Amino acid sequence: MKMMKTMMSVGAVVVLASCASPGPTREETMQVVKSSFKERGIAKLDRLEQSDLQLACSEASLNNKDLPKDVRERLEKQQMATIKYPADGKFLGDWKAGERVAQAGVGMQWSDNEKTVNGGNCYACHQLSPQEVSFGNIGPSLKHYGKLRGNSEAVVKYTWGKIWNTHAFNACSSMPRFGDAGILTEAQIRDVMALLLDPNSPVNK
Amino acid sequence: MKRPRLATSLVGCAVAMFAAGAQAQGSAADEIAKYRQMLQDGNPAELLVVRGEELWKQKRGPKNASLEQCDIGLGAGVVKGAYAQLPRFFADTNQVMDFEARLVHCMVTLQGFDRAAVTKSPFSGAGQRATDIESITTFVVEQSRGVPVKISQSHPMERASFERGRQLFYMRGGPYDFSCATCHGVDSQRIRLQDLPNISHNKQDAARAFTTWPAYRVSQGALRTMQWRLNDCFRQQRFPEPIFISQGTIDLITFLGVNANGAKMDSPAIKR
Repeated sequence: MKMMKTMMSVGAVVVLASCASPGPTREETMQVVKSSFKERGIAKLDRLEQSDLQLACSEASLNNKDLPKDVRERLEKQQMATIKYPADGKFLGDWKAGERVAQAGVGMQWSDNEKTVNGGNCYACHQLSPQEVSFGNIGPSLKHYGKLRGNSEAVVKYTWGKIWNTHAFNACSSMPRFGDAGILTEAQIRDVMALLLDPNSPVNK
Repeated sequence: MKRPRLATSLVGCAVAMFAAGAQAQGSAADEIAKYRQMLQDGNPAELLVVRGEELWKQKRGPKNASLEQCDIGLGAGVVKGAYAQLPRFFADTNQVMDFEARLVHCMVTLQGFDRAAVTKSPFSGAGQRATDIESITTFVVEQSRGVPVKISQSHPMERASFERGRQLFYMRGGPYDFSCATCHGVDSQRIRLQDLPNISHNKQDAARAFTTWPAYRVSQGALRTMQWRLNDCFRQQRFPEPIFISQGTIDLITFLGVNANGAKMDSPAIKR
């Protein structure tokens, strides 16, 4: 009896996981989710409202699938249109300030506030300067980023765009939209750009 | 903010001893592994097991009753092995509940405590002593040490809870576009030097993550429960704050727990 029960419950999980069973719909789940959070400090409830892109990427990973090609292309085009390049044409700032931005992990949490200077937290996911051995691996290593790519206009513009809104180049990328979401200021992005591309930056030594 | 500091100081030691570069990172990781090993000798959570047991047996609250008649899923008063089968469906509340939700239910119904007062500050702050919920949870989970996780999916509401939890796990949102899966859906990922369990696609990782919470966090000097674990993940995910023992948090714990079914509970653990 016990074994039958176990087998039945295992069966149920398989059914749930493998196809659209009569389980809770997305709408039903979202209703429960919305009643399960409260605003705290700067983290308001509107953060639970998903954008088209967030929704499409959530559904794709829930179903362990890639985005359909047409959806992916449409979303990437939309995101590309959000990228703002510096009006004065100045793409590179100070790599030392960029290193500080790359190290800092605070910003936009309910434990932060309006006055918190947001960090980029690049080292959480990427290797950059070889001196820093505490780096994550969710993103690719960026060691020698500029040394390997040079700093042609195409490389510089691509790098700026990638930091501003990564989804323009890879719709469901895990990286935050540092420019588009207002996480970093234009000046901070310039400094991170220098960390990546300045020949004197430790990243390129 | 204590965590990065700990990692940085350990890394500092490693760098002093070894050459910089990839080798240094390997060594830093080794040093952290050694540090974790050293921690296993004594777990301050043991003191909370004692305090939690006292609180469990003590007559308290407006009704002057103990929690000894609390039914946490295996019948009134049965504590042994009970944590390992939660969350589960409870007919009396017509709800799937995790341990912390069930504990609050018993404190309210048996002891007469005010629900809002009990749930107002469930987690201890820096330098504060453990809350009653933390102490009692430590006592109860200790009684499941070595017991295989066995979370039921036989009731339709248990299956619905799992499915909602699964959907929430993959839900990208907030200004950083993060979901739980961003960090916990791929093998061998790290933030800085911290290894991240792959909870959705790796049975071993899911099992270790579920069976080692609650845990004593050395860097915070505090016992942390599963509800706290989710709370602090959502903070870093840049979400709004999950409401303590809300259905969404319970659903997520159901999802994590079912993925860990069969693994033996090893909590309260001790973590860096």
